[in-house]
Amino acid sequence: MGYFEMAKTAIKTVMSKPATLMYPARPGKMTILSRGHVVIDVSRCISCGMCMKKCPAEALCVDKEAKTWTIDRLRCVVCNSCIEVCPVHCLTMEGHYSSAVLTHSGLETFTITYVKPERPKKSEPGEPAEA
Amino acid sequence: MSKKIVVPFGPQHPVLPEPIHLDLVLEDETVVDVVPSIGYIHRGLETLVAKREFTEYVYIAERTCGICSFIHGMTYCQGVEQIMDLEVPARAHYLRTIWSEYSRLHSHLLWLGLFADAMGFENLFMNSWRLREFVLDVLEETTGGRVIQGSCKVGGVRRDISNEKLSAMAADLKGFETELVDLSEVFLHDDSLKSRLVGVGTLSRTDAYDLGAAGPAARGSGVAIDLRKTGYAAYRELRFEPATESAGDCYARCAVRIRELFSSIDLIRQAVEKIPEGEIEVKVKGTPDGEYFSRSEQPRGELVHYLKGNGTKHLVRSRIRTPTLTNVPPLVKMLQGCELADVPVIVLSIDPCIGCMER
Ligand code: SF4
Ligand code: SF4
Repeated sequence: MGYFEMAKTAIKTVMSKPATLMYPARPGKMTILSRGHVVIDVSRCISCGMCMKKCPAEALCVDKEAKTWTIDRLRCVVCNSCIEVCPVHCLTMEGHYSSAVLTHSGLETFTITYVKPERPKKSEPGEPAEA
Repeated sequence: MSKKIVVPFGPQHPVLPEPIHLDLVLEDETVVDVVPSIGYIHRGLETLVAKREFTEYVYIAERTCGICSFIHGMTYCQGVEQIMDLEVPARAHYLRTIWSEYSRLHSHLLWLGLFADAMGFENLFMNSWRLREFVLDVLEETTGGRVIQGSCKVGGVRRDISNEKLSAMAADLKGFETELVDLSEVFLHDDSLKSRLVGVGTLSRTDAYDLGAAGPAARGSGVAIDLRKTGYAAYRELRFEPATESAGDCYARCAVRIRELFSSIDLIRQAVEKIPEGEIEVKVKGTPDGEYFSRSEQPRGELVHYLKGNGTKHLVRSRIRTPTLTNVPPLVKMLQGCELADVPVIVLSIDPCIGCMER
């Protein structure tokens, strides 16, 4: 009797729709939490270097002088650590995977455009403080 | 008496995508002895512990294995928490338990698929993996990663699952369970599978115990060792019995895993029912100073993380012992006396995970 155990499942699968998605004609499944690739908002990054310090794969390099933020897409293990530690929340995780790298090293460099807002000048002692 | 010849099996072999090398000593078609050699993909993950902060090493501990990744991360976290005397909130314990059990489901289904594939049963292989996709989807929805969850951290978990989502997950398990019943019927009752499995690669109870078999390889031979019974995470508050079989052959090991699939479903349901409200993490202050032997039950058996800290933010030593390593001596025993054609099935029956064995 034990020879047709698979028959039920086999017939059911023949009758039903394919279990696979016809990717890329149909987009892959993605959830809100899915970790695809890291994106930076260059206008808000304050070059503090926290992300670089806390990256377990050593995939990030923040250059304060040159004002660049570099990520090695081939080293990044998409762990979410940098996003959690960024003090100004300028890093975000996109759900879809990054496309194939175009350079041999996989490095992507972004120029940080953040400008420190001018602090209001300290008032001279003796003068009445500005309102 | 015929002449002995040596046939190499692996490190590249169609049935096993992972590199382990076995020198099979044959007499005609019968394997009389086996010489295993390992060390093809050593990555030095243990050394990295001295170069990364102890809170960051979780990510690396998780990447020791691509299948039971969550349990690796959790075992590491448990070790550090014990060294630092951190009291993890109950909700975090329950979430860890739920994710561990989902990992077990996905690991066992993966194994069932590979096992069917090793016997040339392609249809069954595809169906096992189709079911596995359901589990992976749940993991991705709740943690963000299909196989590398990254949701465990020292002191608790990174993400909470809302109570509605938890109940929905438990409800979805019903349909999954029905399909799983169909699948397990094939594995347990199909005659062509039985003829490949029953009485093949037998490991006696004494041998399993003496040679240090772990996980389903031990339980298939009647040794009821299950680390979850030690009550780590939330297991102390959940009811379950380790699945054991007495025959000790490939069929018994397969049956143990199938019963564990159902017990995992049951554990998830219990955990969802009992999960308390509250915090999901505690703040980590200070640095670990001391050592701890953290043990847990992986889908493949007992996992040990030995951790040692000296009061700095880098641990000084980590030692990971995975169940595949302890299952190699029993494997040698199982292979002695088998037919050459049965070797792939027997090797797979211990569910080898070479990547995690060599760290
Ligand atoms: S996601 Fe992880 S690996 Fe990737 S850059 Fe951020 S911290 Fe580094
Ligand atoms: S991305 Fe965030 S963490 Fe990294 S340097 Fe910029 S501000 Fe700092």
